Amino acid sequence: MSVQTWTWILVGLTFALYFGIAIWARAGSTKEFYVAGGGVSPLANGMATAADWMSAASFISMAGLISFMGYDGSVFLMGWTGGYVLLALLLAPYLRKFGKFTVPDFIGDRYYSNTARTVAVICALIVSFTYVAGQMRGVGIVFSQFLQVDINLGVVIGMTVVLIFAFLGGMKGITYTQVAQYCVLIFAFMVPAFFISMQMTGNIIPQIGMGGTVEDGTFLLDKLDALHTQLGFNEYTSGTKTTWDVFAITLALMVGTAGLPHVIVRFFTVPKVKDARKSAGLALLFIAILYTTAPAIAVFARTNLIETVSNTEYKEVPEWFKNWENTGLIAWSDKNGDGKIQYVAGSALEGKKPVYSDVRGTNGERMITNANATTENELYVDRDIMVLANPEIAKLPNWVIALVAAGGLAAALSTAAGLLLVISTSISHDLIKKQLKPDISEKGELLAARISILVAIIIAGLFGIYPPGFVAAVVALAFGLAAASFFPAIILGIFDKRMNKQGAVAGMIVGIVLMLYYMIVYKTGLIGVMDPKPATEWWFGTSPEGFGTIAMLVNVVVSVVVSRLTAAPPENVQEMVENIRIPSGAGEASSH
Amino acid sequence: MSEKQKHATAYWKENLKYLVILLFIWFAVSYGCGILFKEELNQFRLGGFKLGFWFAQQGSIYVFVILIFVYVRLMNKLDKKYGFDE
Repeated sequence: MSVQTWTWILVGLTFALYFGIAIWARAGSTKEFYVAGGGVSPLANGMATAADWMSAASFISMAGLISFMGYDGSVFLMGWTGGYVLLALLLAPYLRKFGKFTVPDFIGDRYYSNTARTVAVICALIVSFTYVAGQMRGVGIVFSQFLQVDINLGVVIGMTVVLIFAFLGGMKGITYTQVAQYCVLIFAFMVPAFFISMQMTGNIIPQIGMGGTVEDGTFLLDKLDALHTQLGFNEYTSGTKTTWDVFAITLALMVGTAGLPHVIVRFFTVPKVKDARKSAGLALLFIAILYTTAPAIAVFARTNLIETVSNTEYKEVPEWFKNWENTGLIAWSDKNGDGKIQYVAGSALEGKKPVYSDVRGTNGERMITNANATTENELYVDRDIMVLANPEIAKLPNWVIALVAAGGLAAALSTAAGLLLVISTSISHDLIKKQLKPDISEKGELLAARISILVAIIIAGLFGIYPPGFVAAVVALAFGLAAASFFPAIILGIFDKRMNKQGAVAGMIVGIVLMLYYMIVYKTGLIGVMDPKPATEWWFGTSPEGFGTIAMLVNVVVSVVVSRLTAAPPENVQEMVENIRIPSGAGEASSH
Repeated sequence: MSEKQKHATAYWKENLKYLVILLFIWFAVSYGCGILFKEELNQFRLGGFKLGFWFAQQGSIYVFVILIFVYVRLMNKLDKKYGFDE
């Protein structure tokens, strides 16, 4: 059977499964809608958290990014896993004991202030929307790549699927769908990895194969380092970023992970404090399976790519090369006219993406209209193809290739659903129920939640169809925003009894404004007003991705100083803090 | 102070001690071995891996997982010791 047929079958089967679960797990109360009734087992919650967490970016882009960044890619590996240690040790048990529905709930009650609650809602919305836009685009890309459907139609199909299970089931539906999605995505990620590891190193476990030897007896990593040096790249195992920047980015990603509202809210769904700790551990275990495999795939793919294309005549390149060239993710410009592909350091062409003309060159390659860059490099490769094309490069069977498509969709859909739920909860619970209309009935609130999820999906879909140029740049910065706003307010709320409303509000506002300012000045620019400033002007050599670390520290300092200059929090709030530090008597999550 | 409050204070103290130790290890494997002292560690090897590189891309993640499960065990014991378990 062809890849196309296999893809339709696998995607169809998995979608049918998600629908079935959605109908089975319909939510009847706000509690089921917001926190799945608080009765999810730690194992199920661990899987759901893992699926929620691992987005289209983790599944499709991360291994590719690492394979082009080498050691520098470690920031994602450590940053997106280390945050769970912070989450398990510093946040999850206490927030579970607190026992409400949302992060703004905690902030609002702990800081006895609706201003604090509103600031938290706004932060949650900013963080979640920047993140969800990227997911919807991811869904569209997977559809167009594998099923030759128009990208926009792909986004619409994805929206409809998420709508059905999020709308019906709320957190309950999403949680059990995510359990299924985790199984699909991890299977889809691991199968090709096993095959390729076996092929290249003779060891089926990719984590071990990565440190193993290739056919001629040299270590794979040494061979890759040698290839890199020979072609003028930096050694794969050493990076180009400064030590400080690697440090700052890793910390920003870790703290940001622990501060993401759609991750935190997952720990409200388990029955006891004990379960919250355990499910954080299980979640990280499930995530670690993918995150320790990704760097291995990166090494395999990088070596395979270099060996296949470097100094190969264009006429002799394998079929996949031409397929991806046709999709627009590979481009070759024969600068020296020898008919061979020279793949060395430096970018091959001017501009970010290749622009193709309709003409074919003398060797049959697609001609591009970009000017040649003044390097000897002739090859443009999009980073995203590493995971998608890997099975083809390694000549794996068609069903494995199709599996990757189903896995990519599972990853994108599960994350989008979790984020949309946070957005809708922020609106129906934190804004409507807690502030605008406190006397709203349970039924009314549930209806409001469903309407806001509908609106959120439509907005997210529009972002996917008409991606504003800044989305891609901003998704990575959602972590910086979370680090700069929520994380200090929550941690200080638990560990510093003296922290008061004035301190927390001042800290959150200063943190998020500073982060937004740095982002605009050094990363996105203001469209039509100014271009982003160059790296040479970064503060202390900190990239925008790593700036969350500095913004977070500023938040902490501002919070502590302001709180010490103003009145201590009231007696009952101090008692509440003492109470959440003790695990017993957590009871069920409740709204009152 | 009531008996329960005394227990609560002692419980919190021990909890903080665990946190400091575990977070020190968390910091040491990732920021220490994987970033700050990576070059020094790269002189040693673990099979085909340079050690610093291994910590950055594999080792730290394994340690993270272990840390959380150690924490779960320690806290379950602590809950029992002070009668806060359910």
